[in-house]
Amino acid sequence: MIKGIIKKGEYFDSVTLMIVSKEVNKINGVIDSSVVMGTNENKAILKMAELFLDDFISTNDTDMLIVINAENEESYKNALIKVEEQLKAIRNKKDDSVDFNPRSFDGAIKVMPEANLSLISVAGKYAAKEAQKALNAGLHVMLFSDNVTVEDEIKLKKQAVEKGLLMMGPDCGTAIINGIPLAFANVVNRGNIGIVAASGTGLQEVSSIITNLGGGISQAIGTGGRDVKKEVGGTMFIEALKALNKDEKTEVIALVSKPPHPDVLEKIATEIKKISKPVVAIFIGGDKETISKSGAIAASNLEECAVIANALAKKQDYSTALQSLEERKNKNKEHAKNLANQNKCKYLRGLFSGGTLCYEAQLILKNSIGFVYSNTPLNNEYKLKDLWKSTENTIIDLGDDDFTAGRPHPMIDFSLRCKRIVQEAQDPETKVILLDVVLGYGSNLAPDDELVPYFKKAKEINPNVAIICSITGTDKDPQNRAKVKQALENAGAIVMNTNVEASELALQVIK
Amino acid sequence: MSINELFNKNLKVINTGIGSFKENLENAGAEAVQVDWKPPVDIDPKVMEIINSQKEIIDEANKKALQIVLNGKPVLIGMDIAKNVIPGMKQNLILHSGPPISWDRMSGPTRGAIIGALIYEGMAKNPEEAEKLAASGQIEYAPCHEHSTVGPMAGIVSASMPVFIIKNEEYGNFAYCTQNEGLGKVLRYGAFSDEVIERLKWMEKIMYPILKNAIESAGKIDLKNIIAQALHMGDELHNRNRAGNSLFYRAITPHIIKTAENRENMAKVLDFINGNDHFFLNLSMPAAKATLDAAMNIPNSSMVIALSRNGTDFGIRLAGTGEKWFVGAALVPDALYFPGFTKDDANPDIGDSAITETVGLGGFAIASSPAIVQFVGGSAKDAVNYTLAMYEISIGENNIYQIPYLNFRGTPTGIDVRKVIEKNLTPFIDTGVAHKKPGIGQVGAGVLSAPIEPFKKAYEGLADALLK
Repeated sequence: MIKGIIKKGEYFDSVTLMIVSKEVNKINGVIDSSVVMGTNENKAILKMAELFLDDFISTNDTDMLIVINAENEESYKNALIKVEEQLKAIRNKKDDSVDFNPRSFDGAIKVMPEANLSLISVAGKYAAKEAQKALNAGLHVMLFSDNVTVEDEIKLKKQAVEKGLLMMGPDCGTAIINGIPLAFANVVNRGNIGIVAASGTGLQEVSSIITNLGGGISQAIGTGGRDVKKEVGGTMFIEALKALNKDEKTEVIALVSKPPHPDVLEKIATEIKKISKPVVAIFIGGDKETISKSGAIAASNLEECAVIANALAKKQDYSTALQSLEERKNKNKEHAKNLANQNKCKYLRGLFSGGTLCYEAQLILKNSIGFVYSNTPLNNEYKLKDLWKSTENTIIDLGDDDFTAGRPHPMIDFSLRCKRIVQEAQDPETKVILLDVVLGYGSNLAPDDELVPYFKKAKEINPNVAIICSITGTDKDPQNRAKVKQALENAGAIVMNTNVEASELALQVIK
Repeated sequence: MSINELFNKNLKVINTGIGSFKENLENAGAEAVQVDWKPPVDIDPKVMEIINSQKEIIDEANKKALQIVLNGKPVLIGMDIAKNVIPGMKQNLILHSGPPISWDRMSGPTRGAIIGALIYEGMAKNPEEAEKLAASGQIEYAPCHEHSTVGPMAGIVSASMPVFIIKNEEYGNFAYCTQNEGLGKVLRYGAFSDEVIERLKWMEKIMYPILKNAIESAGKIDLKNIIAQALHMGDELHNRNRAGNSLFYRAITPHIIKTAENRENMAKVLDFINGNDHFFLNLSMPAAKATLDAAMNIPNSSMVIALSRNGTDFGIRLAGTGEKWFVGAALVPDALYFPGFTKDDANPDIGDSAITETVGLGGFAIASSPAIVQFVGGSAKDAVNYTLAMYEISIGENNIYQIPYLNFRGTPTGIDVRKVIEKNLTPFIDTGVAHKKPGIGQVGAGVLSAPIEPFKKAYEGLADALLK
């Protein structure tokens, strides 16, 4: 039975509501549930999920829709009680723990007149307006929200440039300004390496590896992935690069992105030429020649970028560092051979939460064994026909819109990925399961607790399946990298230091 | 602040959206303030565009309207019988609270109070007769607000009732209000039993002449001054009027003693005022009305000049649209109920008393009134937070009415309907609660946030007016 109710005039943000509905789904007899605000987008999602009720037609953005697919009336009632409990707990938490929360940007400015940055994560259709208010008031902006139109992005960034302000995003998930992690970011060492990134997990991976190597970050500026597309023209990427060049605490600059549009790449290269500090760039899978010609060092992958930047920052010869990466590769080949012998199956199954990490893993495989299947393939011929079923070698990005509509991001909610781990283990063709585990603020605070039971289950089903993970994060992250690593290893996983290393090992095992 | 300047500053972040980001920022050592953001009210983009394109004109008009409110000088100058002074008042006219409403749509308490008023006027002998007459079409009904009058709860004013006369000395306009009957079984909560009628008669025959003479002897009593002091003494002048009443008592008593002839009656009148903490509500309300009416018809202004309920509908008026009402359904307040009553007994919100909120008192000044925080969740901080939120929908701050706890900051004054819509935040109102059936009376007291619908209509109405 599918039943639900409407609560008029209640408002909670979507993340909060998704957590509520996750709790409701744990109740016995609840098959599925959804607690959302009555926006047109959410209503469309409910229709697709076959959870739409006729009463919902005339609802609007400030109505809360609660719908439960339950086995019986009792489970339905329990679910409604649970929703109330959860909402009440959230409301009370707000009231007890904090002073006055202003209701708007101009109210907030009165409370904190010296505010210098606005972090915005409201639904996309309202986000540009909030960003506009902040820019008008002379604040720097990090716009976490996605679904902002490219027209608005161009307009906002143009204004930001005129005012000399940062306009990070839309769809900017990560930044570290003055040592403070914003949104999804890791707790890194402070240091002399400045990063500009049009890729959130790319930034997380590079800044974490640098920290784990003993280096440190001066500033890490995110731009949002669309910044390096033709329409936006690299506006903020170039502004950030200029700012790092002027910044006294930044001695080495690292640039991280998926391949920019050729025109944008050209603009970035022109800018690099004006820069006196050493620059290392990773435009994953992109044109290395333009970069090299501009005087920057072109890295082949995120790890290399971090390793080179770290060596430069310590005034060391980076070729030595690259040499040791090469040696590690050979050592891992031995390891792979042992793993391969245990198991006669064939295929690799990659289950990623970080889009850039998924992309990088696909590239590493492509360079050796050719394209693999994905929901976000490098080559469209390899697009999975059924997202929910892997074909031969498959690497999926569970953080893509395909999987996140109406659900929290897989860095927060592991349930979909855990289900898939078991599903892959049941497939007799699966030889290796490859995962990224991204730590830091914003991510799930106990990823080991989420994963360990499913690793064990996978191993029970298929004792010879190799589970290989990388961890993006540091020991200073709230989750503590060392602790997570230990727990995953205890559960039978092979934990590598970087996504590159994990992907290479996985490749060797199936090769 | 350029990007490079930012790199050398401590990060101070306004976080709008996901709350955990703010906690993370603080854990990492940054200062952060969380915005309790809500999507704006769903408005036709064309309407919004009209309002936004006229921003400067509206701002200018609001500045003028607010200045009129701040300049207002409400003074009690005398008393008289309603039909002698209230413009348009006549024997078969009954004034009620809130926006216009016909008998068939009136709520229980309003009907009850009308029944009582018809008996009081001698136009009916008993409730049955009164009810028949009320529905007959022989009685005309009109909002108090349309006759320079305000009335708490049902707000019923009939021809022979004595009323206070308040003059706005700065602008020369007047406002009127009846004498407050006290709490419990009273006409304004819809009760009409014999004791209710007897009390009203005593108020007319005994109390009114004594008060009228005393006010004459005093010349005038400065209400703005009393209200300003009462705010410093723990009143918000809507649900708590104890300090205002004490100050009024101090001002009027010497003149009562000077002018009253019958010692026994004099003592009864003094006891009545002393024993009814809400006596001053019927002075703080017309003081607010006189202050706000001076700002009626300021073209293009989005400032609210009346928030008012009749127990069925909630209506508002804007300075820029004059006498036009914008109306939506009234809500049932969150309340503390008297023993034996529950929310099921409660009538939807009722009364003109939200005129106090409109002028920046009541719910807007609740930070001044820690004594009544039980109505808002029990902690003084809750009360302060309600007032702080009301600054966000106000045009300015009062120059005379201040809140000691907020370092004597002026109360939030002049509700801007644009801010209500953009922030999806409606005025916060203190209120009494009437039983939904006629004849029972008060069942509790509490608070509520005004419904959004009238504000939405007012916003659209202002856009229409701007186009003309």
